[in-house]
Amino acid sequence: MLLRLIERTAVLLVSLAVSSVLVFGFLAVLPGDPARVALGVNASDEAVAELRRQFGLDRPLTTQYFDWLGGMLQGDFGLSYISKAPIGPQITDRFQVTLWLVVTSVVIALVVAAPAGTVMAARHRQLSGLALSALSQVGVAVPAFLAGILLIMVFAVKLGWLPANGWTPPAQDPGMFLRQLVLPALSLGLVQGAVLTRYVRSAVLDVLREDYLRTARAKGLRPFPALWRHGLRNAAVPVVTVLGLQLATLLIGAVVVERVFVIPGLGSLLLDGVSNRDLLVVQDVVMVLVVAVLVVNFLVDLLYVALDPRLRVTR
Amino acid sequence: MKSLAAALVGSAALLAVAACSAGSGTSSGTSPGADQSLAIGLVAEPASLDFTTTDGAAIPQALLGNIYNGLVKQDETGKIVPDLAKSWTVSPDRKTYTFTLVDNAKFTNGQQFTADDAVFSIDRVKTAWTTSLKSAMDVVQTAKAVSPTELQVTLSKPSNDWLFRMTTRIGAMFSKTGVDKLATDPVGTGPYKFSEWKRGDSIVLQRNADYWGSKPYFGQVTLKYFKDPTALNNALLTGTINVIGTVQAPEALSQFTGNDKYQVIEGTTNGEVLLSFNNSRPVFKDIRVRQAIRSAINHQALMDTCWAGRGKLIGSMVPPTDPWYEDLTGIAPYDQAKAKSLLQAAGATGATLRLRLPTLPYATSCGQVVKSQLEQAGLKVQIDQLEFPAAWLTSVLKGGDYDMSIISHVEPRDLRQVFNAKYYTKYDDPTLKQYLDAADAGDEATQIAEMKKAARRISEQAAADWLFLLPNLIVADKNIQGLPKNAITESFDLSRLTR
Repeated sequence: MLLRLIERTAVLLVSLAVSSVLVFGFLAVLPGDPARVALGVNASDEAVAELRRQFGLDRPLTTQYFDWLGGMLQGDFGLSYISKAPIGPQITDRFQVTLWLVVTSVVIALVVAAPAGTVMAARHRQLSGLALSALSQVGVAVPAFLAGILLIMVFAVKLGWLPANGWTPPAQDPGMFLRQLVLPALSLGLVQGAVLTRYVRSAVLDVLREDYLRTARAKGLRPFPALWRHGLRNAAVPVVTVLGLQLATLLIGAVVVERVFVIPGLGSLLLDGVSNRDLLVVQDVVMVLVVAVLVVNFLVDLLYVALDPRLRVTR
Repeated sequence: MKSLAAALVGSAALLAVAACSAGSGTSSGTSPGADQSLAIGLVAEPASLDFTTTDGAAIPQALLGNIYNGLVKQDETGKIVPDLAKSWTVSPDRKTYTFTLVDNAKFTNGQQFTADDAVFSIDRVKTAWTTSLKSAMDVVQTAKAVSPTELQVTLSKPSNDWLFRMTTRIGAMFSKTGVDKLATDPVGTGPYKFSEWKRGDSIVLQRNADYWGSKPYFGQVTLKYFKDPTALNNALLTGTINVIGTVQAPEALSQFTGNDKYQVIEGTTNGEVLLSFNNSRPVFKDIRVRQAIRSAINHQALMDTCWAGRGKLIGSMVPPTDPWYEDLTGIAPYDQAKAKSLLQAAGATGATLRLRLPTLPYATSCGQVVKSQLEQAGLKVQIDQLEFPAAWLTSVLKGGDYDMSIISHVEPRDLRQVFNAKYYTKYDDPTLKQYLDAADAGDEATQIAEMKKAARRISEQAAADWLFLLPNLIVADKNIQGLPKNAITESFDLSRLTR
């Protein structure tokens, strides 16, 4: 168990180090001088050089990299090239917004996928199971932003039940917060839920074929209680893996959905940073996303062990 | 100061919605709606609130005329009228301007506005501003405070353009003690004061209770920013905002035009959409090639296809709101046969031209039409797209690595800036310069006459092709009044709006 923890931690740290080099390297070779964009199209070369000096862009890349990394480790994300405002607090603000969106979507995805997938598996030879299966296929094919646009058209513009876009912090107006959260969370959550449903279905199908489930049935348990007591925990292992992987997809999906719904989250910060060539913002946000995905995968690895006692004794 | 600056870093051209406040605005007869608030949807969020160091049209759009006043401003007809300067006189040699300032204006940091602040603000353009627009102040030799309410500015040569530039952001008046946090906490003398900036979402302005002029109607105005045109339209349809300040997708207007709840305002802007030529390329040195391209394009059909027929056809670099506007669309009417024969005469039939487009909606859609029309006339056109702003700025504007491009130049009165040898158009024309210099130095009548000659000159010389003038398109709740028909300044004037 301990060995496994050490091993996973080592993998996490190496992945973090490698990805920080990659993130920094890619942005360093991106065309478009941030100082020139900040100063406008006909700023003199001297003014641009001066701004590059202020940003520290004239130093060797290795110095810039270690400065950046060192600052990040101490929680200092640097100053925006354009607004000259500290980036750290902006990322914290925006991350909270995105977190609400992603967590709500995961909950929706699970709430949809767990029962739907189980029913689909249990009734995989019946019409109801097949119908659900077909419906989930449609869900898989629809991108989140399209789902968002359709939901806005129906529930905001036509019916007027919910706001079309916008964001209100929960502390400011909880009612409005929830009303504005519903549609974006649904567009992300339903699509992810449809994907997840397929995995739940096949995981449950695998479990249904296992000997222990037949034994449980032989003991006299009815199909669903048998599945509930003996099957679902086993089915959970592959589903948790997929959920971990999906979190990366969700974060990326959030970037697009945030734009459709005009939500000031991490995704819109990233897009703004890209279009303004505010490269330090881009670098920081991408790194934060990378860390989030790696850490989640790390936790998922640990969660396996909790879910599957066999893994605790393999070494 | 170059004319693209304002356009480029924001979202070119579409930002130019503005009003000009007349001294006796419509709001003066209405009692201010103390608790009334208004939300306006706009397209590009400023990256910073400091237009002295950050380029882009979004910052003056939000702040100029609302938070900052200038000494002078433009009224709705384009005339230069008093703002913080009650009146001014020009010396006979047209080099010395003496301004009499209002004595009751206060900055939102509590300081009184005096001639010292005006001197400080004018001098500061040369010393602390970093954007390219600052060169508009180069012509100023000295600025001095004669008394707290009298300011004297001496120019190194007569310049009509200088007084005009004083109506733009260059002329904004700052407090000597209020420039420490311009990027996040602007301090001015305007009808509104800065309240809050929710990054990625909105800027909130509150009525300035100490404002020296007539108080604005709305107590609070929220400028809400939308990247996506559909989201912007939906926000108005569902009541999140009251006004769409700049319609981004004119083809989507139909959902508002037939609806009693909304009003659609259509006028003109300063945004000339140019098919620009790299005049330093050998092929463009031949005037017949340039003229052929202008004749080969059916402008009405082009505007119908790529901007839903909204906009105005212009034949030169002058919008109808400028005093020297003339309809010059007759200089190069659509004539494919003439285009073909001109190309043949120049030996350019079959020549390949690279049309490098910025990734902006109007450029992308117009580019295809231009390509097909020029190919009918016998040219070959290669289109490629450059990410806007960064890649386009680097390759086309700075690098000059292009034959033709399409971009809207939104800065007011930018003929001189766009058509000169140092700019990306590489247009070197001593005759034009002569007209422009005469216009800058002369009196009002001379200025108008010479500018007309200049506008006609670039059109006849086919220094570029003018595809069309971007329209000012505003959609708003029916009961909002005071919205400008034409957008001719850099600011979106909130002080004239009422409900």
